[in-house]
Amino acid sequence: MREIEYAAPTSVDDAIAALAGAGVCRPFAGGTDLLVQMRSVPPSEQKWVDIKRIPEMTSIALDASGLRLGAAASCWEVSQHKGLRETFPGLVEAAELIGSIQIQNRATVGGNVCNASPAADTVPALIAVGADCVIAGPDGRRTVPVAEFVTGPGTTQLGDNELLVELVVPPVAARTADAYLRFSPRGEMDIAVVGAGVSVTLASDGTCTAARVALGAVGPTAFGVPAAADALVGTSLDETALERAAAASRDAANPIDDKRGTVTYRRTVAGVLTRRAVQLAASRATERSS
Amino acid sequence: MARKTHVQTTINGEQTEFLCHPHQSLSEVLRDELHMTGTKEGCTTGDCGACSVLLDGRLVCGCLVLAIEAEDTEITTIEGMASGEKLHPLQQKFLEHAALQCGICTPGFLIAAKALLEHNPDPTEHEVRYWLSGNLCRCTGYDKIVAAVLDAAQSMGGDTR
Amino acid sequence: MSESNGSDRKFKWVGTRPIRHDGVDKVTGRANYGADFDLPGMLHACMLRSPHAHARILRIDTSKALALEGVKAVITSDDIPELALTDASGPTNFSDLSRNVLARDKVLYHGHAVAAVAATSTRIAQEALALIEVEYEPLPHVLDLRAAMAPDAPILHDHMRTKGVDPTPDKASNIAAKMELSRGDVDQARAYADIIIEREFETATVHQGDIEPHACVAQTNEDGQTTVWASSQGHFMIRAYSARLLQLDISQIKVIPMEIGGGFGGKTTVYLEPIAIVLSRKTGRPVKAVMTRDEVFRATGPAPATLINVKFGANRDGKVVAAKCKLVYEAGAFPGSPVTAGAMCILAPFDLDHFLIEGYDVVVNKPKTAAYRAPGAPPAAFAAETVIDEIAHELEIDPLDLRRNNAVSKGSQAAYGPKFSDIGLLETLDALRAHPHYSAPLGENQGRGFAVGFWFNAGMQSSAEVKLNEDGTAIVIEGCPDIGGSRASMAIMAAEELGIDVYKVRPVVADTETVGINDTTGGSRVTFATGMAVIEASQEVVKQCCQRAASVWDIDPTDVIWQDGCAVATGDGAKKLEKEDKLVPMPIAEIAAGAARTGGPITGKASLNARGAGPAFAVHLVDVEVDRDTGKVEIVRYTTIQDAGRAIHPAYVEGQMQGGAAQGIGWALNEEYVYDADGVLANPGFLDYRMPVALDLPMIDTVIVEVPNPRHPYGVRGVGEVPIVPPIPAIANAIHDAIGIRMRKLPMSPPNVLAELVRASGGA
Repeated sequence: MREIEYAAPTSVDDAIAALAGAGVCRPFAGGTDLLVQMRSVPPSEQKWVDIKRIPEMTSIALDASGLRLGAAASCWEVSQHKGLRETFPGLVEAAELIGSIQIQNRATVGGNVCNASPAADTVPALIAVGADCVIAGPDGRRTVPVAEFVTGPGTTQLGDNELLVELVVPPVAARTADAYLRFSPRGEMDIAVVGAGVSVTLASDGTCTAARVALGAVGPTAFGVPAAADALVGTSLDETALERAAAASRDAANPIDDKRGTVTYRRTVAGVLTRRAVQLAASRATERSS
Repeated sequence: MARKTHVQTTINGEQTEFLCHPHQSLSEVLRDELHMTGTKEGCTTGDCGACSVLLDGRLVCGCLVLAIEAEDTEITTIEGMASGEKLHPLQQKFLEHAALQCGICTPGFLIAAKALLEHNPDPTEHEVRYWLSGNLCRCTGYDKIVAAVLDAAQSMGGDTR
Repeated sequence: MSESNGSDRKFKWVGTRPIRHDGVDKVTGRANYGADFDLPGMLHACMLRSPHAHARILRIDTSKALALEGVKAVITSDDIPELALTDASGPTNFSDLSRNVLARDKVLYHGHAVAAVAATSTRIAQEALALIEVEYEPLPHVLDLRAAMAPDAPILHDHMRTKGVDPTPDKASNIAAKMELSRGDVDQARAYADIIIEREFETATVHQGDIEPHACVAQTNEDGQTTVWASSQGHFMIRAYSARLLQLDISQIKVIPMEIGGGFGGKTTVYLEPIAIVLSRKTGRPVKAVMTRDEVFRATGPAPATLINVKFGANRDGKVVAAKCKLVYEAGAFPGSPVTAGAMCILAPFDLDHFLIEGYDVVVNKPKTAAYRAPGAPPAAFAAETVIDEIAHELEIDPLDLRRNNAVSKGSQAAYGPKFSDIGLLETLDALRAHPHYSAPLGENQGRGFAVGFWFNAGMQSSAEVKLNEDGTAIVIEGCPDIGGSRASMAIMAAEELGIDVYKVRPVVADTETVGINDTTGGSRVTFATGMAVIEASQEVVKQCCQRAASVWDIDPTDVIWQDGCAVATGDGAKKLEKEDKLVPMPIAEIAAGAARTGGPITGKASLNARGAGPAFAVHLVDVEVDRDTGKVEIVRYTTIQDAGRAIHPAYVEGQMQGGAAQGIGWALNEEYVYDADGVLANPGFLDYRMPVALDLPMIDTVIVEVPNPRHPYGVRGVGEVPIVPPIPAIANAIHDAIGIRMRKLPMSPPNVLAELVRASGGA
């Protein structure tokens, strides 16, 4: 009989130790992906290490040094956190787009990143704000940018005995704001056909001085689009700049045809969302500078 | 076969013990082991919300929670919504508004709506629709469900004011 | 039965909105559905399903599965009788049904059941499935209608010859049948047309999407006597089909109806029940079978994809003079699509003298289609109502005027044959014009459209019994599973006849041994036909009550009438009682209490085959907003107007109208079966089979029009199905109004709408 073993450590060290056991060991956070996978393909013997009882991993700390988001903090906690929405509205938007309230109460940003779906909503949003992953393992901790952490559909840099402990985001620069937009046919309970995360910094005269653009669901992983950002920097985000950024996103998009969208459609919408997310982020940045 | 694990939890305010395998979901154990079949299962993938329960006050899908995680938690199911012979105002409004047809999704909607009104006692129609989007109903077109929740919110506000 | 349709009758309960009698059970979680029932010692069944879209089964070895600890039985089609290919009754071919329940020789779609296991737990049963060895010879598959009809198409059934073609072809074909409906002379009439518009439409395979997966428990005793607890739209159907498939006497099977968690036509046939019965017989233990959501999508009745060609000719005034329609409907793996119904509906709203309709029933490697709310009608209406709208635009005639000008009314010859009696199409169109929504302002990128829907409605067989309790309360026993609140309607009708409070009536859906035969809940028939039986049975109770009162009063029974729940003496009887100073009404409670002394218990029964189900017309009005950059269509405002004949419980009539509209909106915008190149369904779950969620819809306004059905004592006509017919064309017409583009392919999903926008702007 194929069985699952369950452990619920209360510290990161204990979790790492638990993951070091024989056979397949998997960190278990919200379980919203893991349980569904278990049902569609009954697992061989596995050990699931529940990380939700580790205080360090469920905490959210936002201060002058930036954001430290515990990998096991639920999307609901992210959306309800005082100050987080004000500081990183795009990141919160991404967390809120993940499934229903029921799902948000369980699903975690860390889990969304580790599940490494090409359509994960939080990944482009995290790339747009320059987030890093803090990984703990038997040999200590290491930090990797989110964009490098996810290596392909369902694969990450995490080693067998490693754990994503937290996501770290640098403080927001002045007159800077982020936005995340997702396109899906339904208003809720859907998977991104395309996702676009954007962060822009505006000078006092409205000129864009820095930008990041990231796309999801249009390639094997979410990725940054430097060409789109370059098209924005130095401009007043006028129509020409927006169109050049949108074109850069369309060019960078490398989607597949599947049940959720076609190549042509996804490319087109990548451009549309880039434009809209830039406009949304810019209007937020303008508000912040006034 | 591996032995079952003993879990002690509180369900609808009552101390409850059960035995389960680690792979079993909370909705499975509620239904099959504890015979609390008011919690329904429509998909077991978290997409329909029929198995909605409250776990420590949080709205979750019972199919996406391991039963073993229930240790030391408080769970609220549809069976715990009415108090004694008095229906919860949401239950009453669902009946008055004819907000159910086949009724299979109703327990999940009621639990979800209860969580909503505890979080936001005076929601707008849009907020109700957003919150309830994790619960599928194929019979009603949601109209009467939304109306019932809005009406219940109003009547409950009236009670506390 | 009363001949009057009650149009002048003053009702006390009909038209009110009492809380449904089964309501408290449903809001407290006490109501038991298909999967909510267990028996001691019960085993759990799981199905092995085909990994191929089309393959020959060469060998099945179940020995390893049987050897697994906890496995009690494994069955294949060898364990059920092989029926003659011609074993059919009406539209149901039992050989096909048997082969759908468990594949024999060939699997015809991905997910086709091949074997079943009963074990002590679901988990063990699932594990056993992996130990069943099946050797397949994969065959080329065909999913697409055009490809299935091509001369070189892979053939699903070697024995199949196209029916309805003379002479019968000598070659096997995937075209199971051809049908034709015609009147007048289309080609000649076309000469009178000033404008001819011909268009081709395509719709995708969709699913009923009932939230409760199919489920049952079966227990067979050593003497062969079987009890089945099942959630279905017809427990008499479960009984009859199971008996026929397993070659048992009907009296050997008792089916107890569980509450049903949605059907929409999808629970009008058997999938699990015969298997659970056989497994129970083999093991001597009760067996429970519950489908997963994945299985529901892969193996239970979707509604067909269709190809429809419509050619309408109209004169300058907008009167349609001739129409030619060709409908091709997917049947799934076995013959029997709803193409005939589609063909009969497509021109039903139009007063038309010349037409030719052809229909084709085509098998493909997908699950056998099942009924889905107004089976066949929505795709047909999509085609006809879009073309009519186009004619109005071409001729610059107000679409509502044009519709009225072509509308059928009392006395019109329906395209499908009979002369219409009282129908409410004109009245619904007039209500549309009068509705504030019709003339409300529209925003940017918004458009408005409307469309008409028609459905026949059905009568069929119903039985009911009304039992008077000792205290004057009553029990209504009926046999039609209640999906949408019909028990409340039965109680209302009984209360109306008996003259007692609706809450003094307890309605019960009884098992196959407790009430006379009832046809399936379907065809929008229950409130009409079963309601008729309840009214008749109640009238029988009233008649007996009057007789009992007459005997107590010692007057002629013909001198007793029934008023407000009391026997009242009239005529000579009244004069006699007046003389004796005894002229007071006798309440039902007094009659009931004295029944023992006046002849024993009072019950009324009625069994009937109801005729005269009045057809239903609905018109839906919708505002959409189109995102021109992404092609996404939002439903901004929605109004449904429908002739209900007489709304017994208006809240549940509105519920049908709103629910049908929502399903139609889903069908129109996003729902579709997506298959991969191997013929495997890629979206068998609620995440990617996108049914509308609460956030996708606005409030759905309802206007109930009441044109009483003269063939029902209260004027009832069915209301359940017609509301799914107009949404698709109404939305298509609204999209055209918003962006000037005619959508002729479903779903009108963002990629499909955007592709049309790009094409219209001269893009690739």
